Amino acid sequence: MTRNFSIWPVVLILLLISAPIVIMYSYLALGTVTTTEPGDLLPSKLALDNWRFLFDTSTAAGNIWIATLNTFVFAASIMVIVLTVSATGGYAMSRLNLPFRRFVLSGIMVMHAFPSVTLIIGVFLVLQFTGLYDTMIGVILVKASLMLPFGIWIMKGFYDAVPWEIEMAGVQDGASRFTVWRRLILPQVRAGLVALGLFAFLDGWGEYVLPRILAPTNDFRVLSIVLELVGNPDRTNYDFDLFKTVGVFYTLPVLVIFVFFQHRLMDIFGGGTKG
Amino acid sequence: MQITLKNFTKSFDGNVVIDRMNLEIRDGEMLALLGPSGCGKSTTLLAISGIHRVNGGQILFGDRDVSNLPSQKRNVGVVFQNYALYPHMNAYENIAFPLQVRGQSKTEIEKAVGQIAALTHIEPYMSRRPGQLSGGQQQRVALARALVRRPDVLLLDEPLANLDAKLRLEMRSEIRRIQQETGITAILVTHDQVEAMSMSDRIAIMDQGEIMQISTPDDMYRNPVNRFIAGFMGNPPIVMVDGRVEGTAFETTSGFRLPLPGRLGGLKHGRPISIGIRPEHFGSTGAHTVAGTISFVEPQGRESHFDVRVGEGVVLRSIQPSRRDVAVGQPVEWPIDIESTLVFDEQGKTL
Ligand SMILES: Nc1ncnc2c1ncn2[C@@H]1O[C@H](COP(=O)(O)OP(=O)(O)OP(=O)(O)O)[C@@H](O)[C@H]1O
Ligand SMILES: [Mg+2]
Repeated sequence: MTRNFSIWPVVLILLLISAPIVIMYSYLALGTVTTTEPGDLLPSKLALDNWRFLFDTSTAAGNIWIATLNTFVFAASIMVIVLTVSATGGYAMSRLNLPFRRFVLSGIMVMHAFPSVTLIIGVFLVLQFTGLYDTMIGVILVKASLMLPFGIWIMKGFYDAVPWEIEMAGVQDGASRFTVWRRLILPQVRAGLVALGLFAFLDGWGEYVLPRILAPTNDFRVLSIVLELVGNPDRTNYDFDLFKTVGVFYTLPVLVIFVFFQHRLMDIFGGGTKG
Repeated sequence: MQITLKNFTKSFDGNVVIDRMNLEIRDGEMLALLGPSGCGKSTTLLAISGIHRVNGGQILFGDRDVSNLPSQKRNVGVVFQNYALYPHMNAYENIAFPLQVRGQSKTEIEKAVGQIAALTHIEPYMSRRPGQLSGGQQQRVALARALVRRPDVLLLDEPLANLDAKLRLEMRSEIRRIQQETGITAILVTHDQVEAMSMSDRIAIMDQGEIMQISTPDDMYRNPVNRFIAGFMGNPPIVMVDGRVEGTAFETTSGFRLPLPGRLGGLKHGRPISIGIRPEHFGSTGAHTVAGTISFVEPQGRESHFDVRVGEGVVLRSIQPSRRDVAVGQPVEWPIDIESTLVFDEQGKTL
């Protein structure tokens, strides 16, 4: 790429603006592996005992690996559900001549605009009724369905960008509509699926409110709940350093995903803007 | 395979695009569907291929009525205007796809794809993806993919529209060669009359969902049934002059006179008619001469086009072997081949 303006002033301004956040996060991360004398600005020595909770289940964090696995299962299930339904639903919305297509589309739009918290009472009633209240499956289903309007809309945008002729050619070549979708169309929207999948996973990974409200006593503890337990200042063994460290531990996977997939994540904005 | 359209009707959301069209394509022939943009050429093609459902009438392949068969069961090969190659597959996989979905064995597929690749001269590019192929190569891959499962009918929707002028010439004869070698019945959609004339056995001219004339390229050029077709065939196009009958001659309101061809005796005095003069019938041979001044010269290398002002508001065009002895503004007196001119009545029908 060639630029016709100098990039340095831009970088400088961005650096200045983001400096407070960067400094705060660096201190947070640094603080988990060092100790700092009260009143000092810079840490004085390396100390890893904040990370003891990784092996020691007796800390307030409990067994962190089980919680991590739980969070992973939670986020991955949400991702799978969102991907499956959006990949098929988005195709139907984009291509099939469904009855009430317009109505459903605007319905999806409205759902997308609704803050999910406003639905929580209705959701609660439905979960009670179906017996899924206080189960992780219930939370997963709720979280996934709240993401679906967004997912379907994004995937519809990606499908809309695939030329009709490819589909016609596939049908002409003798393939069924399903084969055409799976072998010819799906590969064209891969970028969208990857981006949406990452997005759903990250969203699931960071979810706190829904597990807290809809499965308050369940044993299936995710990291956000663990973090809340550790960070409760009313506890007798309250340890701010542990709270910090668990927080950093919780963010690490997100950071890794961002570093490796940031370009893929941006794809969502490429495909999703087409109505 | 002979294809017959009987009273074929197609409408979109109540909007009739094609109304009771009848058309017959003979076994093994290449028929060009020629017409201006939006006249329903692609619609007709997609109906034959089975992608559009017909709203009325029948489509017959041989004696078999296929009107209600889905595309997958019609065995029609289509080359789309933008080729519609599958971007994530390489050329080989693209061509093999129709055979794969039919469940053919690997060795069968390899053999068939190899044969068709040899026919279309694309062997060197088989492992490239469409994005890595030039327009002409993509075109050949698309053709190979359409032909590989030996379809009964080959449909080509403006297959050359995306190619540059030189490649277009080359692919024109290439497609024709492949069609003749395979002996397949083919329909070529185009809005380029040169393409239609040079590639097809017969031409069907369409306008606003109607077939106006079907004929061989030569006959269509010499004997167009109406003014629209006369104007469509030939480049540079025919020149039309409006006027009326004056005894055995034609006269414009500004007083420009031409004798009428001998075959048209007894036209009613004063009847409004128009006369069409092709550029090659003015300036070379003929008994009658007209005088005028040259208003425009367009040298084309081997030949030159001249515009000659022969009267108030009347400009005739002439095409002649390149000559340097005339220039803009010069008075000339050139012959007109009156017997070859075309005469149309008020409605545009050829007389
Ligand atoms: N899916 C559709 N829905 C509604 N109208 C359509 C549809 N497809 C085509 N039409 C209309 O039918 C008419 C014929 O279209 P068609 O595509 O057959 O034209 P064409 O002769 O192929 O033109 P071109 O040379 O520009 O490709 C046009 O007026 C077009 O607007
Ligand atoms: Mg068309």
